[in-house]
Amino acid sequence: MKRLASLVFAVLALVAIGVAQGALSINGAGATFPYPMYSKWFDEYHKKNPDLQINYQSIGSGGGIKQVTEGTVDFGASDGPMSDEQLKTFQDKHGFPILHFPTVLGADVPTYNISGVSGELNFTPEAIAAIFLGKVTKWNDPLIAGANKGVNLPGSDIVVVHRSDGSGTTYIWTDYLSKVSDEWKNKVGKGTSVNWPVGLGGKGNEGVAGLIKQTPNAFGYVELIYAIQNKMPYGKVKNSSGAFIKADLAGVTAAAAGTAKNMPDDFRVSITDAPGKTAYPISSFTWLLIPSKFSEGSKRDALKGFLKWALTDGQNETEALSYAKLPKEVVVKETKALNNIQ
Amino acid sequence: MSNRLRWRKFVSHFMLTMTGLCALVAVAVLFFILGYLVYHGGTSVSWNFFTKLPAPVGEVGGGMANAIVGSAKLLLLATLLGVPIGFFGAIYLAEFSGGTVAFVVRYAADLLNGVPSIVIGIFAYSLVVLPFKHFSTLAGGFALGLMMIPITLRSTEEFLRAVPRALREGAMALGASRWKTIASVVVPAAYRGILTAILLAFARVAGETAPLLFTAFGNRFWSPGWDQPTASLPVMIFTYAIAPYDDWHRQAWAAGLVLLGLILIINIVARVILSRGVGVRRT
Amino acid sequence: MATTTVPSAGPFTGSRSFLSRLRDGDEIARLITFIFAGSVVLITLLLVYELWRESYLPRHKFGFGFFVTSVWDPIFDKFGALPFIYGTLVTAGVALLIAVPLGIGAAIFLAELAPARVSDTLQFFIDLLAAVPSVIYGLLGVFVVIPVMRQYIQPALKSSLGFLPFFQGPAYGVGFLTAGIVLAIMVIPYIISVSREVLISVPRDQREAALALGATRWESTWKVVLPFARTGIMGSIFLALARALGETMAVTMVIGNTPTISASLFSPGYSIAAVIANEFTEATGDLYLQSLIELGLVLFLLTFLLNGLARLLIVVTSQRGSEMGQA
Repeated sequence: MKRLASLVFAVLALVAIGVAQGALSINGAGATFPYPMYSKWFDEYHKKNPDLQINYQSIGSGGGIKQVTEGTVDFGASDGPMSDEQLKTFQDKHGFPILHFPTVLGADVPTYNISGVSGELNFTPEAIAAIFLGKVTKWNDPLIAGANKGVNLPGSDIVVVHRSDGSGTTYIWTDYLSKVSDEWKNKVGKGTSVNWPVGLGGKGNEGVAGLIKQTPNAFGYVELIYAIQNKMPYGKVKNSSGAFIKADLAGVTAAAAGTAKNMPDDFRVSITDAPGKTAYPISSFTWLLIPSKFSEGSKRDALKGFLKWALTDGQNETEALSYAKLPKEVVVKETKALNNIQ
Repeated sequence: MSNRLRWRKFVSHFMLTMTGLCALVAVAVLFFILGYLVYHGGTSVSWNFFTKLPAPVGEVGGGMANAIVGSAKLLLLATLLGVPIGFFGAIYLAEFSGGTVAFVVRYAADLLNGVPSIVIGIFAYSLVVLPFKHFSTLAGGFALGLMMIPITLRSTEEFLRAVPRALREGAMALGASRWKTIASVVVPAAYRGILTAILLAFARVAGETAPLLFTAFGNRFWSPGWDQPTASLPVMIFTYAIAPYDDWHRQAWAAGLVLLGLILIINIVARVILSRGVGVRRT
Repeated sequence: MATTTVPSAGPFTGSRSFLSRLRDGDEIARLITFIFAGSVVLITLLLVYELWRESYLPRHKFGFGFFVTSVWDPIFDKFGALPFIYGTLVTAGVALLIAVPLGIGAAIFLAELAPARVSDTLQFFIDLLAAVPSVIYGLLGVFVVIPVMRQYIQPALKSSLGFLPFFQGPAYGVGFLTAGIVLAIMVIPYIISVSREVLISVPRDQREAALALGATRWESTWKVVLPFARTGIMGSIFLALARALGETMAVTMVIGNTPTISASLFSPGYSIAAVIANEFTEATGDLYLQSLIELGLVLFLLTFLLNGLARLLIVVTSQRGSEMGQA
C-alpha cells in the first residue's frame, strides 16, 4: 500500500507542474469546417507572438454560439450567422452585443458515386431540390438528364446521403435549397439540422464522404475541401445567371464579392445563390463571434491584433488549404469594424 | 459404451470445441484491430509523437505530447473519484447491507452505467464547468470518474460475493471483527477480481470522447495545473479522424495505437506491482 | 494482549446510542461504506433530476405524445421519440444476441479448458478490447464492417433467409444489423472478463462432485458450474446491456442515422444516444435542446424498465444453484 501511495503522490506532483507561466491563454470554440484553417492561423500567430496562446476547439457551430454566450470561452465561431434570438440572448446576458467577423469562405459541392460516370455532371437547382425532396428517384430522370446530354446515366435508384449531425455545412445546403425551391422552404426549411425527407445520415463530412464513396449510386453534399482531398467527383451547379459553375476558390470568392456591395454592417449575410456570372451558388462565409467588450484589456488587444493579421497576412495562407479568401471589399469593411471591439 | 453415453460424450466434445471457437473469435477480432491500427498508423508513431505539440496541417513533425499527458491527468482524477466509491460501495453491498438497500444501489449503478457518455458530459458540464465559467481538467476527470463507478462497483461486488463463506467464518471464528475480516481476508481473496474490475473500468473511460468535449474541452498547447482545458488522446483521435487530410488520419490511427499500447502497459504494470501473490488459488 | 470482547457483528442489536456505537470499528466501517454506496444512488438521482428539470418545455408541450410520435423536425419544432426508442432497443437486442453466447462460450473455454497461463494471456488481450476508443470502433465500423456487410454478409443473408422480414430491403451496409454487430464486439470483453473470473472462483468440489457422478465435462460445466456462477454472469450481462444502450460514437457512424422504424435489420435507423451525440452541440433553440435532453430521460426510463424486466426474469427462473441468490 505504501508503494501505491508514494506512486500516486509522485505522479500528482509531476503533472501539476505547469508549463509556460506568463503566457496569455485565450479559448475559442465553434465550427468544425474552418478548424484546419484556424489551427494553422493560431499556430502561425503563436510563432509570431510566443506569449499568446489561442486555443480553438471545434465542437460545432451551435456549441460555439452556446459557449461564447455562457462565457466559458472568449470567442466563438460559426458557419451560420447567429439568429436575432441568439443575439438577443447574448445581449441580455452580458449587457453588450456580440460581433460577427467573416474570416474565410467555404462551399458545399454535390458529389456522387455512379458507376460508369467519371466526369462532371451538371445540376440545376430544380434537380437538386427534387432529389433531396425524394421526388426524383432515379439517375436517368429527365430533370437530371436534361442538363447532361450525352452522358449515359443509369436507371438505378439514387441513394441520397446527408449529414446526421447538426452542422454549418447542412446550414449552407439547406439555405440554398430554401432559396431555390419554395417547396423545400415550406416543407423542410433551413437549419443546421433538418427533418430530411429521404436519405442516409453520415456523421461529419468524413462520414458523408465515406458513405458516398462506398455506396453505388450515392448522391450527397460535402465541403469543397473534402471533395478535393478525397478526390471525389463533384458536379457543376447552375447559378442565378444561368451558368454552370464548378466550385473552385475563385468562384466562391466571386460569390462573396457579388454581395459585398449590399453587405449589412453586422456581416450577417447569406451568399448562397449570389448574383454574378462566375459566382458559385452554394458558398458561405464562416464567422468568428467576438464579444464587443472585454473586461481584460490584454485579451481584447490580443484578439484585435490577431484579427488584423488574419484579414491581411492570414488571407495569403487560405488557398493552400483549399479555403477561399475574402474579397477586398469585405476586408476593408471588417478592418473598420474592428474598432467596435472595446 | 451405450449409445446414450456416446452421444453425451460427443455433445461434450462438440460444445467444448465451440467454446474454444468463441474465444478464438474474440481474440481474433482484437488482433485484427491491432493489426489495422499498426498498418495505418504505425508509421506516424515516432519520437516526435510523444514529445511534440500538435502541428497544423501540412507541417510534419507534430505530435500529441500534450494529449498523452492530458489523458494521464484525466484518468488519474477519474480513478481517484471512481475507484474508492466503487470499491467501498461494493464492500457495503457484499458485506454489510440488507436486501433492499443492496437492490436499490445495484439498480442505481446499472442505470448510471447505461447513461450515454455524452449525457454524463452534459451533467458534468452543468455541475463543474458552468459555475466556474471555464472548461477544466477537473471537469473532465469528474465526468470520467462518474463513468468508472458502476463498472467498478458491480464487478467488485460480484467478486467479493464469490469469496467462499467459509473463509469469512473462519476468520470470525478466530475472533476477528467484521471489518478486520473484510480487510485482511475477504478483500485479499478477491484481489484478482477487484483488480480486473478496476482495470476494466479504467480501460472503458480511457477511450471515451463525448464526455470530454464539454468538460476538458481540448487544447493545442500544454495545460498547466488542473483548472484549464486540456487535450486528450480520444478527442484528438476524433478531431483528426473527421478532418479531410490524410496526414491527420494517419495520426488519428497512430493515436489509437498509442492509447491501446499505454493501456496495455498500465495493465501489465498494475498486475505486477500491485499483485501481492495472494489470492484464491486457481482450483 | 489486552482482553477483548468480540464486538457485535452484523445488524444492530440493543439500544446503544449512535455515538457510542461509532466507537465500534465495525460500525464505522459500515457507516463509511454505506456513505460510498449511498453516494451512487445520490449521483443517479441528481442526474435524473437535472434531466427532468432541463426538459420541462417538451414535457409540457408534447406530454406522452413524445413517446409515440415518429417525427423529428428541428425546424418546425416537432419532436417525437419513437424511432429512437425502437433503434436503441433493436441494436441493443442484436448486440446481446450475438455477444452473450459468444462471450459466455469464450469465458467457459478460458475458465474450464485452457491452461492457466494460456487463459491469463488470452484474457489480457481480450481486456484490451474494452480499451479501444469508441471512436476507433466507429472508424473501423465505417472502413471495415460496412463494406463487408454490404458486399458479402447482407446479400448472403438475403439469399438464404430473405423470406424473413428481418432480412429484406436494400443492403446499404449501414443499419441496425451493422450497429448491432459493432456493439456486440464492444460489449463482449465485459461479459468474458467478468464471467471468466466468476467461473474460476466456483469451488473445485462442485465440478468434481458432478464428474464423480458420471457427468461429462460439458454437463458438469453446463449443469453445475454455470448455475453456480449465475448471478455473476447475469451481472456481466447487465454491464453489457448498459454499455450497448448508451454507446454513442460508434453507433452513430454505422447505423445510418435515419429515424425509421422498420422490421428489416438492413434498414438504416437511429438510436437515442446517437441522436443526442449528433445534434446536441449544434442545437440552438430551447425546445430543441430540451427535447434532446428529454430523450436522455427516455433512455433512462428504458434502462430502468429493461433492468427491471431482466431482474424479474431472474427471480422467476430462479432455482437453487448459487449460494448467493440475489441479483
